[in-house]
Amino acid sequence: MRREGSPWTGLWAVFFKEMADHLSGLRMRILEALILLSALGAVYTGTQTLRQTVGEDPYLYLKLLTTAQDPLPSFVGFLSFFVPLAAIALAFDAVNGEYARGTLSRVLSQPIYRDALLFGKFLAGLGTLAVLLLALFLLVVGMGLFTLGVPPEGEEMARAFFFLLATLAYAGVWLALGLLFSTLFRQPATAALAAIGVWLFFAIFFPILTDLAAGALLLQADPFDPESQLRQANLALWISRLSPNTLYAEALTAVLNPAVRSLGPILITQLEGAVLGTPLPLSQSLLLIWPQLTGLFALAVLLFTLAYVAFQRQEVRA
Amino acid sequence: MAVIETRGLTKRYGRVVAVEDLNLAVEEGEVFGLLGPNGSGKTTTILMLLGLTEPTAGEARVLGLDPMREPLKVKARVGYLPDQVGFYGELTAWENLRYTTRLLGLPEAEARARIEEVLRRMGLWEVRDRRVSAFSRGMRQRLGLAEVLLKRPRVAILDEPTLGLDPEAAREFLGLIKGLKAEGITVLLSSHLLHQVQEICDRVGLFHKGRLALLGTVEELAQRVLGGGYEIQVEASPGLKEAFLALEGVARVEAEGGRYRVFATRDLRPELAQVAVARGPLFGLALRRPSLDEVYARYFQEVAHAA
Repeated sequence: MRREGSPWTGLWAVFFKEMADHLSGLRMRILEALILLSALGAVYTGTQTLRQTVGEDPYLYLKLLTTAQDPLPSFVGFLSFFVPLAAIALAFDAVNGEYARGTLSRVLSQPIYRDALLFGKFLAGLGTLAVLLLALFLLVVGMGLFTLGVPPEGEEMARAFFFLLATLAYAGVWLALGLLFSTLFRQPATAALAAIGVWLFFAIFFPILTDLAAGALLLQADPFDPESQLRQANLALWISRLSPNTLYAEALTAVLNPAVRSLGPILITQLEGAVLGTPLPLSQSLLLIWPQLTGLFALAVLLFTLAYVAFQRQEVRA
Repeated sequence: MAVIETRGLTKRYGRVVAVEDLNLAVEEGEVFGLLGPNGSGKTTTILMLLGLTEPTAGEARVLGLDPMREPLKVKARVGYLPDQVGFYGELTAWENLRYTTRLLGLPEAEARARIEEVLRRMGLWEVRDRRVSAFSRGMRQRLGLAEVLLKRPRVAILDEPTLGLDPEAAREFLGLIKGLKAEGITVLLSSHLLHQVQEICDRVGLFHKGRLALLGTVEELAQRVLGGGYEIQVEASPGLKEAFLALEGVARVEAEGGRYRVFATRDLRPELAQVAVARGPLFGLALRRPSLDEVYARYFQEVAHAA
């Protein structure tokens, strides 16, 4: 049976309302303050280190983002820690919150489809995070200008742009996950806890598990056959790439460090004729991380689709 | 033409039947009451009429449109007030309605004019800048009706409109619903508080376990179930039961000492008074509209007995 009328009717109404809610909400304020403080700390220590080497490095601003100094992680390290948290915080009560407030049936009795409501909420979350990321990034670059006194170059900014894009795709994954759980679980608290549980699993336990798996796989390899060792190493790498965190980390490594030319084991024959340490052009770095970016994007789409199907099948009545 | 029409409308959740074989026709301009206890299928019926739930079988037409195929057109013309209506508590009344006008796709100027109009009409204009979280139940309910009117609907569907309101607020709210009828809006309302809404309903349908058990005006139903559309209370001397029953048009008499409840097919007050006065003193005589609660209770007593 075909339904008439566009599923996008009302999408922008939902988008702007949700975005306004996010931007004015207390939840977002807390997150902003948290991220801002840690980012400023990271950048401050970064500039302290970099001051000594200004002029030696052509990619100063990329260094600014990635330089870590004990005990503080780098700006990028902070972001990859906080972005999932922020995304989950924006999405965990998106659908079940509407149920709890009794607003869902009222909103859906307006001439819109459910599609518009869910997609509008997703886009609004993504938009909010994009605004947050961009503001944070500009702040960091501004601070860099102040303390380092060197203007950023075009290539650096282009790389930074792709870094933001990858971060947004990564945020999209966690946003879609939060949205999925907010449809599956009737209690917002349960949804939040479940989403944070998944995040903790990938942030802490998954690396441990993949390390164990990699060790076990290497043991299986024939110690006198390098080819089988390579196969096992590649398999271990493949397993670790099941985690969105790995994909994101790899994407960041390649896009923010032009010297990186491979994200996996590399054979000495493949390096023949290569001038080690020379930076790759942006297009080549992009080629390197294209699978990772696609993977993140696909994961976000998959999770959103699951949320969409679950939401479409749900009864309006609580 | 019937504004709302259903043919064999059925909804099952697994093996549980929520609504079964519903055939209903609501005429333009009437107030129709969908009545019955909780869980008897009223809300499910409403959701199917709005295209928010898919029927298992049968079909519905609202303003000649199929709610499953053209839900957007239906929802643009039909106002819906859910039971336990909720608003975004952190937004003001005005902002909540502004969101609705955006979902409706109204242009800015038109939206502002309509919001002011409906808020004034519902007596909420003074509190438009207050957050809805500070609203009382009655104010929320009125805001809900304001939102229904925002659409300038041809049909208003109200689910349990008086639930949770104190008697005064409920009476006031029913008055507002009567106002809709005066404007020519067809009203379909559901309630389990039969006595509250029977006053304003032109016709009612009584639901029982997913089936429409009875359909008609309150008087018709009373006539059919209680044996008389009129209930007259008489206070006179004892022992008049036989005499009352002998009158033409009396269906049933319940006697308790000198108090009688006479169920008749027409207003028999003059005749009853004559009979009573002829046999002794007459202390009181009152015509009572039959109560739907009684109709409902008696009907299902009979159904249970028959089963």
